[in-house]
Amino acid sequence: MLRTFRQRITPTDVIIWLIGLVIAVVVVYGSIVTLSKGRYDLENWVDLTISGLAIGGVYALIALGYTVVYGILRMINFAHSEVFMSGPFTAVFLADALNRSGFLNRQPVISLILITALSMFVSMCIALLLERVAYRPLRNAPRLVPLITAIGASFFLQYTFRGLYGSGIRAYPDIAALAGDLNWGPIHIQRTQLVVIIGSLVMMLILFGIVQLTKVGKAMRAVSEDKEVSALMGIDVDRIIVITFALGGASAGAAGILYALLFPVVNFFMGFFPGLKAFTAAVLGGIGSVPGAFVGAMVLGLLESLGPDLFLGGLGIQSPHQLKDAIAFAILVFILIFRPTGILGEKISDKA
Amino acid sequence: MKNLTSQTWKQVINLSLLGGLITVLIALIGMVEAFAPRFIISGLISMGQVFLLLPIFIFCFLNLRKIGTARKLEQFMVGAVTGLIGGAVVLFVLVVGQLVNLRSVFINASPVLYQIITFKVPFPTGYIVPLAVFLLIGLIATGIYILPTRWRSAVIQSLGVVLLLGLMRDLLVAVITRWGPLTVLLKWMFAFSGMSLIGAIVVFIVMVGLAYWRSTRPIAQKKTTFTRRDKIIRYSGLGAIALMILLLPQILGIFFSEVLDTVGIYILMGLGLNIVVGFAGLLDLGYVAFYAIGAYVMGVLTSTGLGFFHLTFWEALPFALIGSVLAGVILGLPVLKVRGDYLAIVTLGFGEIVRILALSDWLRPWLGGTQGIQSIAQPKIGPITLDNQADLYYLILAGILIAYFIATRLKDSHLGRSWMALREDEDVAQAMGINTMSTKLMAFATGAFFSGLAGAIFAAKLTSAYPHSFNFLVSINVLSLIIIGGMGSIPGVLVGSLVMVGVPELLREFAEFRLLAYGAVLVAMMLIRPEGILPEARRRLELHEEEPIEELAENDTAQAEVGD
Repeated sequence: MLRTFRQRITPTDVIIWLIGLVIAVVVVYGSIVTLSKGRYDLENWVDLTISGLAIGGVYALIALGYTVVYGILRMINFAHSEVFMSGPFTAVFLADALNRSGFLNRQPVISLILITALSMFVSMCIALLLERVAYRPLRNAPRLVPLITAIGASFFLQYTFRGLYGSGIRAYPDIAALAGDLNWGPIHIQRTQLVVIIGSLVMMLILFGIVQLTKVGKAMRAVSEDKEVSALMGIDVDRIIVITFALGGASAGAAGILYALLFPVVNFFMGFFPGLKAFTAAVLGGIGSVPGAFVGAMVLGLLESLGPDLFLGGLGIQSPHQLKDAIAFAILVFILIFRPTGILGEKISDKA
Repeated sequence: MKNLTSQTWKQVINLSLLGGLITVLIALIGMVEAFAPRFIISGLISMGQVFLLLPIFIFCFLNLRKIGTARKLEQFMVGAVTGLIGGAVVLFVLVVGQLVNLRSVFINASPVLYQIITFKVPFPTGYIVPLAVFLLIGLIATGIYILPTRWRSAVIQSLGVVLLLGLMRDLLVAVITRWGPLTVLLKWMFAFSGMSLIGAIVVFIVMVGLAYWRSTRPIAQKKTTFTRRDKIIRYSGLGAIALMILLLPQILGIFFSEVLDTVGIYILMGLGLNIVVGFAGLLDLGYVAFYAIGAYVMGVLTSTGLGFFHLTFWEALPFALIGSVLAGVILGLPVLKVRGDYLAIVTLGFGEIVRILALSDWLRPWLGGTQGIQSIAQPKIGPITLDNQADLYYLILAGILIAYFIATRLKDSHLGRSWMALREDEDVAQAMGINTMSTKLMAFATGAFFSGLAGAIFAAKLTSAYPHSFNFLVSINVLSLIIIGGMGSIPGVLVGSLVMVGVPELLREFAEFRLLAYGAVLVAMMLIRPEGILPEARRRLELHEEEPIEELAENDTAQAEVGD
């Protein structure tokens, strides 16, 4: 930017900081009132925290797709929410078939692995298709062009799946082995939540390992650093971009199954909100950074789960959980204004 | 004349397979079945069949263009191969569909669809039908392709006209029957559904003749000086168009007026968003927020159901406009610091926040929650209440005229130039002394103003406002229409609205596939013609001049590196 070191404080800055201050006061005041009233006891808070961690884990896996693609292509893959939707929306048929044959309850682990594998495969295919058809021809276009393409592709995919599988909702069958709670003192944890948290952690570690430890991961990091130089170093940039999309797609497919464990109905529109929130998480953690996506997603999951009761409940707002999406978007807005690099992000130049 | 190599054949086969897959996709999405009852030529060809056969037709052309010049025989062979491969893919799905019940997964793989694909021929022979039909289509496409250029474009144009007339049959007949005795002149063209065969043939022949005649005429030189006579012709032409527009609701009847009202409201929003996205280059995906605010302010101030205030439409209108402009400024102040992609997501988030707040129980006493606001005041002029579609049309038209005037005047003003400078390069614009913040804010506020106006009129038109009328899809509709029309182009907004809003309103079956088509059109437009149908001159330059310049720059740096 062209400001001199005598950075002027413009009226805009003043207003922005005033808004920030007001928000901070509201949040702190709301929390104090809620806590002093003692409407919720420890168990409630623990429950909310665990559900926040579970949903945070799902967001983390989706956010990974946004973050690696942004790191390399410097574009928001707006259609990633549809990549996420396509996997579980397709795998529900397999789950249904397995359930009807009784295999699902005889071999729940193998079944879950099969279902997840199918979901990852479908999501990966959609991601690759997207890259090939919509994004590759536009690699050097002005910045607005790929973004609009991504929005168009998102709608196209959404309504293609609506046309193929129907507009109604489809339910995942219950898995008997995953029903019920586990109890340790004040901590109740549903088995599905435990599976989701562990599953997302494992997936995240695997993906982090791929990016940090393997040769392909190294190439990915190199390409996101500088495309031209990596090409000169003998890296096939196109191939790395394809792998990046495949990785992001597969992780979104896995996230889809975990999401379906938490909320076992799927439909063609299911990707929109999780996708947007995962994007928020990626920005919150610092877009382009893989650990950042994880941290951001966990923070967002917790804020979304605890926030309504903690901040808004104390202000006397009725049914604050209706506003949890609004909280997520408000966080997005404020992160972008006050700390666009996110929690763990490095400074990414504006005009990359 | 070169012989086709195995390499080219491979490409041809790949493209044909792709064509076949697209055909299958279109069929499984349900477009073929949904459009099957709508005949283009009565009893002969339905729109569903057109959707089934069109991809292969197009891919045939693509293949023929790919192989370039070749002998006629080879061209026909390519056409036949394309058709056969496309038919084989469809046949494969047909066979699978007969063996397995595909319907448990793909809800549209119904017996009806199979009947359409086999053209109602019973099964053992029915399997051959898709192959034969697609082969025929491949040959026909080749036949059209090898015509001399002028004839070819004439034939394709005429086919398009026949398709359009057949598609719009119901509406055209509804309009024609209002003309009284003149009806007879045109009624013979149409059958009970679609065009009659004779009508189609006559229209086709006439159109081919016309199109060919037009293409043979020398292209008129662009005039630089205008005589008095030219001016008179021009003004009388404009006058006739103006009169047409004024009389439209009277000519077309209630149904069309309703469609026109919807289109008009979208034009109003499109003119506003065009300033934000097209002029200033700020991608705003939360544009619906201002529309909602306009409608809700109008509702809260005038609704007798809520009963806080009892203003009339005209008294409440300024508040609705001020409300949306204020919201634009308040959102703009913090948000406009972020750039490009982020701005899109942040504005999207803002739009959702507004909708969620309108839906919430928290604000229910004021905004009505899920039930929305009812009995909003209708606008009155003197003793007349504008309560039917035709009257509201004039109100919307007035709004559009004002917005159009403001937009065209702004475009070449100092502010408009600043917007375009910002769009092209923010840093350079800033270096040239443009206050980026206030310039962007002006764009946001102006856009919000138009959207608020549209929202207020919308609320008064429906006399109610519900949160679900203000979802994200409205923003996408408006965005698509300005992109289709041409970003930054004001006439483009009009064309875009007519195409993207008017056509789906007219074709009932289309409603289900509207967003599918929006998505496809957005992607296709960005890939093929990013400047839109009616591009704005400067924008087109930006999109097409950049590439060589970038190449040049890259060459320079490459040379510099070599020099080092």
